[in-house]
Amino acid sequence: MRRLFLGLAVLCVGPTVRPSGAQDTSAIDRGVRIGIVYRPGVRPGMVVLPVHAAALDSVRTIMSRDLDYSDRFELITLPGGDSIRVTTAPTTRPATGGAAAATTLNYPLYQALGADFAVGVTPGPGDSAIVTVHDVAAGGVRREVRARLPALKDPGFRLVVHQLADRVLEAALGVGGTAATRILFVMDGKVYTIDQDGADQKLVSSSDHQAMSPAWAGDGRRFSYMEFWQGHGRLFVQEVASGKRAPVATTGQALDFTPAFSPDGKTLAFSRATEEGTDLYTVNFKDGCCLQRLTVGRFYDNLSPTYSPDGQRIAFVSTRAGLPQIYVMAADGTDPQLFAPFDYGATGSSNAPEWSPDGQTVAFHRDVGGTLQVFVLDVRTRAVRQLTSVGRNEDPTWAPDSRHMAFVSDRSGYRQLWIIDVETGRIRPLLQKSGARLPAWSPRLPETASSTP
Amino acid sequence: MKRLPLLLLSGLVAVAFAACGGKQPETTPTPTGPNADSLRAAQQAHDDSMKAAQEEADRRAQAEAKRRQEIADSLAAMGRGTEAVKTLLATMIHFDYDKALIRGGDASVLDQKVAILQANSALRIRISGHCDERGSDEYNLALGNRRATAAKQYVVSHGIDASRIETVSYGEERPLAPGHDEESWAQNRRDEFEILSGGENLKQP
Repeated sequence: MRRLFLGLAVLCVGPTVRPSGAQDTSAIDRGVRIGIVYRPGVRPGMVVLPVHAAALDSVRTIMSRDLDYSDRFELITLPGGDSIRVTTAPTTRPATGGAAAATTLNYPLYQALGADFAVGVTPGPGDSAIVTVHDVAAGGVRREVRARLPALKDPGFRLVVHQLADRVLEAALGVGGTAATRILFVMDGKVYTIDQDGADQKLVSSSDHQAMSPAWAGDGRRFSYMEFWQGHGRLFVQEVASGKRAPVATTGQALDFTPAFSPDGKTLAFSRATEEGTDLYTVNFKDGCCLQRLTVGRFYDNLSPTYSPDGQRIAFVSTRAGLPQIYVMAADGTDPQLFAPFDYGATGSSNAPEWSPDGQTVAFHRDVGGTLQVFVLDVRTRAVRQLTSVGRNEDPTWAPDSRHMAFVSDRSGYRQLWIIDVETGRIRPLLQKSGARLPAWSPRLPETASSTP
Repeated sequence: MKRLPLLLLSGLVAVAFAACGGKQPETTPTPTGPNADSLRAAQQAHDDSMKAAQEEADRRAQAEAKRRQEIADSLAAMGRGTEAVKTLLATMIHFDYDKALIRGGDASVLDQKVAILQANSALRIRISGHCDERGSDEYNLALGNRRATAAKQYVVSHGIDASRIETVSYGEERPLAPGHDEESWAQNRRDEFEILSGGENLKQP
């Protein structure tokens, strides 16, 4: 069944393949609908070809893991491991680069192994690498991507490889990946960043003040978080590239927490706790002006704002009905209404909403029988679905593909970060450390977001 | 009075002795001088006065010592008073899960703080609200804020100027008890009271 479906689909895209020089050929594919679309339960087979250049070994390793973690392929291990090279040696026309050589791949054989795609990494001129995406069923090269590779020890190396993996995914399936992303989280009162594949953990908050609630800006170049300063909560905005941070004006005189960037990157919404209770505010953090109060609770609390991707609405937590529940309002604070339905007196507290990047769902956690579970709310139908059931699970954060989600779980015996693919239910630990919490998944990171000094 | 007949009698005895003894030399009665009795009496008086003086000196020394002791005691008492008041002031109050209502038993704890604040007009305090680890991390900041505010409202409603009390919340970020059971959670759901200023010499209410 799967073979047939894929075989038919890839026929449509065969003609787009055009042998060319060693250039990024994405321009050729632009505007062309890729025939293969993802179907739950049907995952195309993918082979990551062995590399001959030792320097590219780590590229292949990182990229294979990224493609596996995309949860969109069935990664196929070649029989006999890497010892078998099921292709003729690229010696015929070396002058034209990898494309011509790669077309000599023994496609019928890979097809027999169950592969729909094959990816090869070959060294290019200078310090570059050429990544070739083969469409096995069509029997040709789907796309070639060339990238300059920083040195292995360069802090920007991994990000470049992750971005190559995302381009492979884009070339194969026409969807955006999450390989070139990082996750911010809090551990022992400090903010850390880690690549989505669990590598390269780094401390990013620099002071001794206890920190909470990191949040990314939509461009992936900045993030915000809160620190306790003498009992008050002060918000900071920090640049990824330089590591420089600046306090957000108007914050720090009260308990200000849970910052959230508006999608246009101009406004920061946050919660402010005073003796009147906790309410939502916005501030133009760039100009340090225009503090606006969005809610007036007085006898109840409003907190944890999250913007819809179009910037028009804010979902948040309110205790207006007693226990905290998920509400939504216009971004200027008007028209507040219940968002995630609940049974009064029966449904437990609901907290920590995060709007998905595609705008279709809001993830949050809810108290179920004394422990917390992750739920997703369908924005259009307002139907609520429970996603987790093992252990305590909380503080979900969406990957940019709106399909993967990081959250805190104690399912392994201690609280740490996990990643779930909402489509397949596949789950993996992000790191093996106790005490990591309050994760925030980045958007797709721009190339300059690398921490190269 | 008593001595006169005795003197007379001794004179008569002497006259009788002379009369019987023939030639009787003219004798004058030996000067009686201070006799043993009077010496004894004088000695007694001297001793008495010396003793009295000694007693007086002892008494004064004792009084001085007592006075010094009293000063020392009162100084110690003052120190103890400040410490006692501080201890009283730092007594925490606790809350039910996900609640910010002052429990009945804790109202008397807050009454003590009202009295201390009334007796020490320069005293300023900070109330920090805390939560257990069960709730949501970020929601607990709002809940801790409610708990701190609830205690402040109680104190202010009993006549204390609101400007003398600051409130903060640490949510579940600063637990007292490290455990993951109800015993620890109950300890962690609390308001703490700390002195901001004016706590050097505290009077007992």
